[in-house]
Amino acid sequence: MADTKIKIKNLHKAFGRKIVLSGVNLEIAKGESLVVIGGSGTGKSVLIKCIQGLITPESGSILVDNREVVGIDEEEKEKLHSKMGMLFQGGALFDSLTVWENVAFDLIENRGMGKKEAKAEAVRVLRSVGLASDVADLSPSELSGGMQKRVGLARAIASKPEIIFFDEPTTGLDPIMSDVINNLIIKSVKELGATALSITHDMTSARKIADRIAMLYKGKIVWEGTVKEMDKTDNPYVCQFINGCSDGPIKVEV
Amino acid sequence: MFLNSIENFLRRQGQPLVKFFFRLGEFSLFVAQAVYNCFTMPIYWRNLWRQVVDMGFYSLPVVGLTTIFAGMVIALQSYSGFMRFGAEGAVASVVLISVTRELAPVLSALMVAGRIGAAMAAEIGTMRVTEQIDALVTLSTNPFKYLVVPRVWAGLIVMPLLVLLGDVIGIFGGYVVGVYKLGFNPANYINSTLQDLQAIDITTGVVKAAVFGFIISIMGCYNGYKSKGGAQGVGAATTNAVVSASILILIFNYIITELFFSK
Repeated sequence: MADTKIKIKNLHKAFGRKIVLSGVNLEIAKGESLVVIGGSGTGKSVLIKCIQGLITPESGSILVDNREVVGIDEEEKEKLHSKMGMLFQGGALFDSLTVWENVAFDLIENRGMGKKEAKAEAVRVLRSVGLASDVADLSPSELSGGMQKRVGLARAIASKPEIIFFDEPTTGLDPIMSDVINNLIIKSVKELGATALSITHDMTSARKIADRIAMLYKGKIVWEGTVKEMDKTDNPYVCQFINGCSDGPIKVEV
Repeated sequence: MFLNSIENFLRRQGQPLVKFFFRLGEFSLFVAQAVYNCFTMPIYWRNLWRQVVDMGFYSLPVVGLTTIFAGMVIALQSYSGFMRFGAEGAVASVVLISVTRELAPVLSALMVAGRIGAAMAAEIGTMRVTEQIDALVTLSTNPFKYLVVPRVWAGLIVMPLLVLLGDVIGIFGGYVVGVYKLGFNPANYINSTLQDLQAIDITTGVVKAAVFGFIISIMGCYNGYKSKGGAQGVGAATTNAVVSASILILIFNYIITELFFSK
């Protein structure tokens, strides 16, 4: 395996009595695109929030570029975030700012880029995700869901991160728009040579963007492998999930 | 069996207390973090300016109306009350003291708490539940510095200015009622107001205003920042921000008064 970018060892997290992660082990190679699949409420979001230091796990270790992430102070956290980008499920665009200010946020606030230059750069990035330059001066609330996702993607890649996280990138989009977003994800990850970690329960999207897939169930990784291996595996959890059956080892709590 | 039920009983009784201390600790940490960040770089000037305009400029009508009617009613009430002792002449100084020491700071702060504290909690709360605060963090920006610090500074700067203006408007309200309704001689009224004017009346009002401004911003930010659970959570945060700020304003009003005037 090539260089390891992210290495997660025995990660545990609980909220009160509710155990969310109970010993997650996962390795992501540099330049790889890993997709974590799993049902709603299995702790997928918590996993990527732990890696970004938004949530502090109870125990376990997360290494990014061989440096421990768990328990680092604010200053180091900011340094860590400067090489990460994230596309949020709901976009999480700042509604007090215009579209281009959203995209150029990191460039202006943290990299000291001038306004004019930053706007030009934002427009360039927006164009690379298929948005015309007249969108730049709109407010995020004036955009459709699909366009908001694109702006979110543009913001995530604007500062050329080494690692990009995608939180349910296609949820709430129609199949065609989903495919457009998937293609954009593949394109932008490849162009940046970035490492990508996505979480989703949309199997079409997972098949398309993943180099490797891992399945999270009850706070553990129950299976991991390539898309080809996924179609051949007899792992009952994976089979049930990718075929979408209500019968099987995964019990839906009603 | 018996011991068990006692234990269960105590556990149930103790839970609110544990929760209370948890909240208190969480709140103290929040305040400490906010104050610490107030004195460290960077400062987001654009956000600070926006808050100053929102909190100061757009509160002018509300504060003006509140204080002018407060001054007017005090003139009327003290006149009818003091007539019983033949002390109508004290109306001007009663208006002066009550407006500058109490009415202008307390009433303005309560109005601003309703106007701005609620808006802060709603805006930051919405940012929390739509993951915008997480997004700030992932963009290497400290949400305390970006969201909380500008609001705290705005509260500290703007409230004293609003109250100084409220002092003038409130005293003017008293003057209007005193001269046009109660028949005081304008020159005499102004004279006795100026004669009684003491620095301490204004200073206490301004100190109170700064403390109240801090309370309004902190309660608005804290409740918004910790809100969860979608629209309902944001609604609850907004209510809590206004109610807790109002109560704290009244409590600290007493404490500051006691510090300045009890000897």
